[in-house]
Amino acid sequence: MSAAANKTRLVEEMKAQSGQDPSQCFQCAKCSAACPVTAAMDLLPHQVIRYLQMGMEEELLKSKTPWICASCFTCAARCPRDLDLARMMEGIRLSMLRCREGNKFGPADLTPEQLEKLPQQALVSGFRKYNK
Amino acid sequence: MSVGVKEKAAGWEPLIVAFCCNWCSYAGGDLAGTSRLTYPSNVKVIRVPCSGRMNPMFVLRAFQRGADGVIVAGCHPGDCHYSTGNYSARRRLSAFKRLVEFAGFEPERFEVRWISSSEGDKFAEEMTGITERIKALGPNGKMRDARWQKKA
Amino acid sequence: MARTGVFVCHCGTNIAGTVDIDQSVEASRGFPGVVHAGEYRYLCSEMGQDLIKNAIEEHNLDRVVVGTCSPRMHENTFRKAAAEAGLNPYMLEVANIREHCSWVHREMDEATPKAIALLRAAAAKVALNDPLDIPELDVEKRALIIGGGIAGIQAALDIAEAGYVVDIVEREPSIGGRMAQLEKTFPTLDCSACILTPKMVEAAQHPNVNLITYSEIDEVKGFVGQFDVKIRQKARSVDSVKCTGCGICWEKCPSKAPSEFEMGMAKRKAIYVPFPQAVPNVPVIDRDNCLYFKKGRCQICAKECPPEAIDFEQQDVVIERRYGAIIVATGFDQLDPSIYGEYGYGQHPDILTGLEFERLFNASGPTGGKVVRLSDGKPPRNVVFIQCIGSRDKARGMNYCSKICCMFTAKQAILLKEKVPDARSYVFYIDVRTAGKGYEEFQRRAAEEYDVAYLRGQVGKIFPEEDHLVVHGVDSLSGKIVEIKADMVVLAAASIARCDAPEVGRKVGINSDSYHFFNEAHPKLRPVETHTAGVFIAGACQAPKDIPDTVAQASAAAVKAIGLLSKEKLQGEACTAEVIQDECSGCLNCIAVCPYTAITEVEIEERHHGGTLKRTVAQVNPSLCQGCGSCTATCRSGSINLKGFTNEQILAEVDAICL
Repeated sequence: MSAAANKTRLVEEMKAQSGQDPSQCFQCAKCSAACPVTAAMDLLPHQVIRYLQMGMEEELLKSKTPWICASCFTCAARCPRDLDLARMMEGIRLSMLRCREGNKFGPADLTPEQLEKLPQQALVSGFRKYNK
Repeated sequence: MSVGVKEKAAGWEPLIVAFCCNWCSYAGGDLAGTSRLTYPSNVKVIRVPCSGRMNPMFVLRAFQRGADGVIVAGCHPGDCHYSTGNYSARRRLSAFKRLVEFAGFEPERFEVRWISSSEGDKFAEEMTGITERIKALGPNGKMRDARWQKKA
Repeated sequence: MARTGVFVCHCGTNIAGTVDIDQSVEASRGFPGVVHAGEYRYLCSEMGQDLIKNAIEEHNLDRVVVGTCSPRMHENTFRKAAAEAGLNPYMLEVANIREHCSWVHREMDEATPKAIALLRAAAAKVALNDPLDIPELDVEKRALIIGGGIAGIQAALDIAEAGYVVDIVEREPSIGGRMAQLEKTFPTLDCSACILTPKMVEAAQHPNVNLITYSEIDEVKGFVGQFDVKIRQKARSVDSVKCTGCGICWEKCPSKAPSEFEMGMAKRKAIYVPFPQAVPNVPVIDRDNCLYFKKGRCQICAKECPPEAIDFEQQDVVIERRYGAIIVATGFDQLDPSIYGEYGYGQHPDILTGLEFERLFNASGPTGGKVVRLSDGKPPRNVVFIQCIGSRDKARGMNYCSKICCMFTAKQAILLKEKVPDARSYVFYIDVRTAGKGYEEFQRRAAEEYDVAYLRGQVGKIFPEEDHLVVHGVDSLSGKIVEIKADMVVLAAASIARCDAPEVGRKVGINSDSYHFFNEAHPKLRPVETHTAGVFIAGACQAPKDIPDTVAQASAAAVKAIGLLSKEKLQGEACTAEVIQDECSGCLNCIAVCPYTAITEVEIEERHHGGTLKRTVAQVNPSLCQGCGSCTATCRSGSINLKGFTNEQILAEVDAICL
């Protein structure tokens, strides 16, 4: 792990997915203090960002935390740096899926009519999480 | 035969007029000197109190009289000695640059840069840079007033 | 026709090393208007200056060009020399052939033609120079200080000691400001009142200091040396001359109101002094809460007052006075943490801000100096301090660090342990910032000797449970969620600019940053000056700062003011803008771009077809104009020109360079 490791595939994908830049975080950990589901997490939310900052992709991919995240957005409401951590978690979940199962399906595979009818991303991710 | 081709053949050197605000960029030019940095002698500096003093007329006149490039340099936005002069300059000169382009003149011949009094190196870099860019662009044939040509 | 003399300096080999001096002098002889050209090894030396002076006389020169170092270096030297030879100092131009030529080029065949071009441009410009007058401005030997906190008091005492009269205008009934609200000061734990009160008394007794309390600035006009200020002295309803400050009135007064000084945690009477050490010790009647003003009955204070000082008929008085210099020292406010729902501030009496908690330690505070919970009067066992409430928060608060919170929190935790020995403090922090003399040591003492638990992390939620508060936070270093049963919570709320700072800034004519803190003229080199000449700033109105920094800045501002007041006359700017009123179309676009409000509209009368016509045109006040020239570039009809840098002069330079 090095500073150069910062630009891992996971971080870049997460950034593209969520539009959030982990380098904005100064680790005040208010997200963790506010999160209602930390009891079930193996990494606290602020630690997830720290891992992103350090480019610790492998460790992160093993974590349950992104899957525990309930997308309640309390962290996003509390963050003094205006980061939306819930979005970042979703970005990580997507990236994890692609990493584990390969990129099976892309938006290009869908017709515009199908795309129109698709539910929001969060809804899709909800199905993905709880249908297993 | 156009002015440009003839001059290029005769080992043409561009003439660059630099308008520098007294408090930042002119002082940055002084620092380039005290630091013994070099930039091409094609650049000649005219001192103005503030980039906000820059009437676009001065730039047009330089081109008319045969300057091949003009650069206006002022304090960085927010650092103006007169608080807000460079904001007016930024607004006025960017509109002016678009007007010049609209009129069919090469907008690359006109640049605005922010150079502080502590940026002697940046001053030298910018002056070198514009000289090279204008050299690549060739002589100003479009706006030059034929009545004001150098005597052979 | 101009009679210009050109003088080229060798500067040893600094110029002569790369510029052919003889060739330059020879070329100069051919410039239009040049009747004499010479050179010298060191023109700036006395001999060199004499050479110029003699040539002016001998050749009857009316203009001079010197080819030397940068005008930023020696322009004044040569202007002085020219003036000594009887020329107007502005009839001289400098061609910068050292910094802008000989030092940046290496080859003589490169530098020499450029030096000649620069000399030619200077000669072309100087041919159009006009003699300029340096306006001389009077200086009113009196300073105004806006704000009577520690910054204002310190600056006033310094100026008064230098022998100048100084007025402090304070909005509240007493001077003292924020520092008067503090119990102790870090990092030495001096009692705040013990070090402040003597200064307040000194200010009140100093023959050169006038306190104008319970007053605000209505209007500031004029410019450096001559600011005309209107000060509104609010009706006190008490005759300050008769009042002895005995206190019978506020003892007998039957109506109460929340005390501003105690942040609403205690009541004061309708006739009151804000705190016992108030200076001046003269009460005011708060007319909104006084029975007499509300219902027309009562007047107990008037009946009881031994010297009959109560005056219900008193009116606001507007004082008009002229000042040479102004120091703005209006201090800071505390952010209201109720914008953060998760902390529950304002919904529970045991959740306080830092400044409110401070008052609990004070013997004359709301609890008489006992540190107890406001809910049940019991001493707290567990106190949670939370840092960065609204500081370093770009989402809902202020993006900056408030600078003082780490230190005052450590101080309060230490004071708490001393008052309530079995109390335990917890501090949630993001970073501990203790730069300052003795600061780091002080904070470490809190952690090591006073058993203060520092937890790196933040608090996500506070909620009441039975008789305590549950603080739900995290310690990010251990990665553990922390839940503390707290008896009290203290929020280190951000220091913010006074809510009316923009209004004060507009009145005085100084600008502020995006947080409404006043801007200094230069962040490093001119920290107490503003862009408005003669107006200085000190203290927390410039940025959050602690007492030592505030006092240092106040003394610095005082020195600047003293320097200004000590001058017999001020030299104004000679290169100012000038409106050609015959040509001015009165569009007044120039007013909008002027950073100094130096341009105003004026009505002129013109003859028109035999009659007279009234017309609005622009007018420049040369005392306010600093000569930036923004107006000249804005003027559509080209009817404003800048003396010393006229359109014609700059165009002449362009032409000469492009020859």
